Amino acid sequence: MTLPALSRLDTKGSPYLYVLPFFLLFGAFGLFPLIYTGYVSFNDWNLLDAGEHTWVGLANYRELLHDPYFWNALGNTLSIWLLSTVPQLLAALWIAHLLNHRLRARTSLRMGVLLPNITSIVAVTIVFTQMFGRDFGMINWLLGLIGVGPVDWQANTWSSHLAISVIVAWRWTGYNALIYLASMQAIPHDLYEAAELDGASSGQQFRRITVPQLRPTIIFTAVISTIGGLQIMAEPLLFAGTSTPTGGSDRQFQTAALFMYEQGFREFRFGYASAIAWTLCLVIAVFAVANYLLTRRIADDEE
Amino acid sequence: MRLSRTARVLAAATAAAVMLTACGSGGGAGSDGGDITLNVNLFGNFGYQELYKEYSQAHPTIKIAEHTAAYNDHHRDLATHLATGTGAGDIEGVDTGFIAQMRAVGKQFTDLGTDRASQYLPWKWQASLTKDGRQIGYGTDVGGLAICYRRDLFEQAGLPADRDAVSALWASGWDKYIAAGKQYTAKAPKGTAFFDGGGALYNAVIGQAPEGFYAADDSIVVGTNPEVRKAWDLVVQAIQSNLSAKLIESSPEWNNGFAKGQFATIACPAWMMTKIKDQAKAYAGKWDVAAVPGGGGNWGGSYLTVPKQGKHVDEAKKLAAWLTAPEQQARIFTSKGLLPSIPALYDKPEIAQFKDPFFNNAPVGTIFTTAAKQLKPQYQGPRTGDIQTTIRDGLVRVEQGKQTSEQSWQQTVSDVGRLKK
Repeated sequence: MTLPALSRLDTKGSPYLYVLPFFLLFGAFGLFPLIYTGYVSFNDWNLLDAGEHTWVGLANYRELLHDPYFWNALGNTLSIWLLSTVPQLLAALWIAHLLNHRLRARTSLRMGVLLPNITSIVAVTIVFTQMFGRDFGMINWLLGLIGVGPVDWQANTWSSHLAISVIVAWRWTGYNALIYLASMQAIPHDLYEAAELDGASSGQQFRRITVPQLRPTIIFTAVISTIGGLQIMAEPLLFAGTSTPTGGSDRQFQTAALFMYEQGFREFRFGYASAIAWTLCLVIAVFAVANYLLTRRIADDEE
Repeated sequence: MRLSRTARVLAAATAAAVMLTACGSGGGAGSDGGDITLNVNLFGNFGYQELYKEYSQAHPTIKIAEHTAAYNDHHRDLATHLATGTGAGDIEGVDTGFIAQMRAVGKQFTDLGTDRASQYLPWKWQASLTKDGRQIGYGTDVGGLAICYRRDLFEQAGLPADRDAVSALWASGWDKYIAAGKQYTAKAPKGTAFFDGGGALYNAVIGQAPEGFYAADDSIVVGTNPEVRKAWDLVVQAIQSNLSAKLIESSPEWNNGFAKGQFATIACPAWMMTKIKDQAKAYAGKWDVAAVPGGGGNWGGSYLTVPKQGKHVDEAKKLAAWLTAPEQQARIFTSKGLLPSIPALYDKPEIAQFKDPFFNNAPVGTIFTTAAKQLKPQYQGPRTGDIQTTIRDGLVRVEQGKQTSEQSWQQTVSDVGRLKK
């Protein structure tokens, strides 16, 4: 081969070579399990009968659609997701706005907001579960100080959802704040200077400049939070305290992922659990797209 | 430039060579020494730490590593490892609630043979025996039943504190236990309840029935066996009389409950004594043990199994046999209170006359061996452990005031119906 030809191959071929490792890894750990799970979901497959399974077509999906516990789990998931994501993103936006100002010890404060995210999810949940304890929890003690009676956080639907949402939000708010902050720093400073000359208040600057400029980032975090939020499992599993996957005495905080875990690893119904996995995947896709459209429109209105 | 690049390549090559050599020599040392590490996977406290040291001293090439997990996690992990064919320990502990599920996949376990059959309580031996006569586990302990209670709280509430008097309070049955509870609650120290939680009490009551959740053909009879409903009604009555501290057994709150003295009595199989000692250290000497209402009964007890997928099956078999041998079971009883599953030990003086200072020198040896001798074995089916959990959740719904007894019972029966074999 001549030298120019080689160089042409280099320019055309190299980029693919550079991204190849990702696609190889994705193929091995993402795509293959996805397709295999799809195959398993069409079978009656008991995990304990090593390898024995029969093809049942759509039976698992039909059963799922008529399973009240699946719908219950899906409802819980959506409720916990809404309760955690909306306040979390708003708080993150606000924190990022604060961090974007000239503050003392700015770098350590910026690093600080990420700390909750790098702590072990198990440790976080155990600490919060203690705090939300019925008899000796700190939150109930604080509520007692202002004259509110103790809440049995695990017993009720609303209170358990609230408690789990707090755990999720605590972990992810700082992470989202840093993403917003990074994006805020890319906003040209003269926009703010011009606004200031025109007499715009800090709040007006935030609404008229920051939020519209952050639009792509807000869409990104909303979609990512949707994907993460609809897969929540560790928090409700540990919140129960006894590591039973039913999510409370009446499944009041069993999420869809936890229901999948229960069917797969307590009932050992591998096929049924796979059907749940695929259904959940579709639900997440629908919500992610809906969220994308919705957040885009909100940001449009701002402009 | 060129030179420095060469130098860098050389340096990298040297580093790689050093690393390879290091790995090589490390591997060599391992194969020369011939040391074997046996992984023992358990739940809760089997009390084996001292025994491991002794065994390793007698067998210098064998090291023992114990890994413990919570009850449900442990059994779920084991089932998953069996299913995927990899990851199980050399020795795996299995509780009564799960032994039938493991027995059903008996092919996955090493056959331990029939040499020791005559030593064991016959029902204990049978429970881990597959239909084609392969023994998958050596029994460690049996539950037996008693009631552990706090002397000091009983005194403060104006109840007798002496263990014989306490036993006499409810000798005729659980109704009298509830009556004593009402008496307790009337004058109880603030913030204390009579017993820990409905789920745990239920396990003790149903443990006395001749037939429990299963018929002998492995069919679930929860909805039809009147004993199951009778025990439910009894526990609901106790809950509605405000006697329950509403704690779920083995949860963090339950552990807290011991330390904070939240309850005065607890249904107490022999292994529960270890849990009390672990959690209620500050109350040593204030706990005592009385007889269980209605005599007899069993809750819990475990087995040591040797999964076939383990790397050192022969060594594991020897260790399991040694850990469950009569001498060791006797020692575990006197150090940790786990009741042996070998009845010949019950009449030995070191067991029959054993008194536990933590429990105000209660003659726990006599109390538990008497209970074990009176015990009529109950058949356990594959999903016993999960049925227990389902019923517990049903009782918790009543405790939480979410449902009436009848609503919760209906849901419990239908939830049990969802459990697949």
